[in-house]
Amino acid sequence: MTEPSGVSGDAPGPAPEAGGRRDAVWLITLWIILSVVGCVLVYVVWGPHLPPGDASSSASSQQFDFRILGTIATPVVVGVLLYFGWALAFWRQKPGDETDAAPIHGNARLAVTWITVTGAIVLFLAAFGTYELITPAGAGAGQGPQPIWKPAGTVTSSETSWVPGGKNILQVQVIGQQWAWTYRYPQFGGFETTQLELPVNEPVQFNVTSLDVIHSFWAYQLGVKADANPGINNVAYTTPTSTGTFVVRCAELCGIWHGAMFNYGKVVTSGQFMIWARLTRTQLASVTRLLPPYALTYDPTDISDLGKVNTELGLTGAGGGYYNPADPEQP
Amino acid sequence: MSLPARVTTLVIAFLAVVAGGIFVALHFIGSQPPTEDYTPYASGGQVNVTLMTTAQSTVGQKPDWVSYFIQDPKTKQWVHTTYFAVPENTTVNVTILGYDGCTPLRNPLWGRVTGTAGNVENVSYFNGKKYSNPVNISTFDSYADCSVQHTFAIPGLGVNVPVASVTTLNENNNLCGTSPCTAANGTADAPHTVVKFSFKTPDGTGTYQWQCFVPCGLGYVDGNGGPMGTPGYMMGQLEVQA
Repeated sequence: MTEPSGVSGDAPGPAPEAGGRRDAVWLITLWIILSVVGCVLVYVVWGPHLPPGDASSSASSQQFDFRILGTIATPVVVGVLLYFGWALAFWRQKPGDETDAAPIHGNARLAVTWITVTGAIVLFLAAFGTYELITPAGAGAGQGPQPIWKPAGTVTSSETSWVPGGKNILQVQVIGQQWAWTYRYPQFGGFETTQLELPVNEPVQFNVTSLDVIHSFWAYQLGVKADANPGINNVAYTTPTSTGTFVVRCAELCGIWHGAMFNYGKVVTSGQFMIWARLTRTQLASVTRLLPPYALTYDPTDISDLGKVNTELGLTGAGGGYYNPADPEQP
Repeated sequence: MSLPARVTTLVIAFLAVVAGGIFVALHFIGSQPPTEDYTPYASGGQVNVTLMTTAQSTVGQKPDWVSYFIQDPKTKQWVHTTYFAVPENTTVNVTILGYDGCTPLRNPLWGRVTGTAGNVENVSYFNGKKYSNPVNISTFDSYADCSVQHTFAIPGLGVNVPVASVTTLNENNNLCGTSPCTAANGTADAPHTVVKFSFKTPDGTGTYQWQCFVPCGLGYVDGNGGPMGTPGYMMGQLEVQA
């Protein structure tokens, strides 16, 4: 005859159901208290310090997402750790005790509650995540050449001029190449520079492309990340909301100096930006006239104004060249 | 075989595999070109560094690859490397002997000289017979003139120097065919340029990557493989020391 589960042969002790109920009460009570405290700490104390910060509309949105996700995850983490610790502390096997634990039978109410709660959480996260990918204006991610979600109230009324405070969005072209970022400002004569400077509280449209391999433009503190593909214009939006510096990194392994492919951008006041843009336009005029006309993508093999020597040598801006597979002199 | 013997064999085999892996990593993956240390040769807040570009690297395992060489400050011999060290807070006077032919820049922006004293480079052309008068140049139009062979760029310091090239078809057909290009092997008089410029090292130690922005990896996709991505050829490292 089988002994009652959880009761060892000669060891009289508390009835397992009573002990289990008492533990359950303690565990649930502690879990609720710790979860409430933990949620408050995660959202209110830790939340404002979560990456990528709040230096732009997209960064703030991402930080808010992390705060929500972190807060939702807190009761789960607390529950797992609490149960784990409780088991270690109170449910340790006693010396000589080789009996099995109490069998668990089906519990329809528990199963329904579990499925309902976890299902609701997952569905909420799916809806929340989808919504947050859309707002604000694509959440700082590259949307391809024809973006769907644009900053509210902005238009592209002019690609050749821009003034602060208007509805015309500021356009900045991001050009990746092994191993440096350069930036082109079509609304300021199309000058190209290694410095990325942006006005605060003005929506910005990044047109991201590459001259060679695939890179990824990652303006970390701005919460902007968009792949830079050769021959493709990848559009991303953000609105810087505070002045300061931010880091730009390449987030796509692009060659041996990939790790060195970074520089720093700056967010300044609108007035400072206008002064910088006009000054830089003047300073770079001599090299701007050598650049190809502003376009959303560039083809280094198609240069319209190659000189005589280049033409006779059969050279373009692409360099390299391919060996015929039959050529015995392979690289 | 006893249990201790089996355990010992297993441990030895495991250690042999680990040691082999470490050897491969250090010998093949982690190997670096030698570093030419110019720091002891600095004086008065200045140091002179001399480099050379060649259309090939006949001293290396990849004879078809374009390459930089650095002159050893002590022996004056040309060393097949792109790693060198200079002191901090020092004016580095660089001379580049450019023996390669021209290739247009992928991005004409790199035709502008930046980060050097006066944002210019001083260029003298040698056509095989005589040197031209040196001139200061601030911007090259490599599409119109095919006037650039490589660049010497240190993005971390804002330094970008297009290395001027000889420009005519005839001179391109008479480039130095052996590297390094020296009087000893009779190639020093091949058409070339002498490019001089100065830049200041930062007030503090650090390691800075430098590279060529001309897509000069012949035979590789977009010209960016091969010598463009291999230390010792068209990219290297500048060590700023205390």
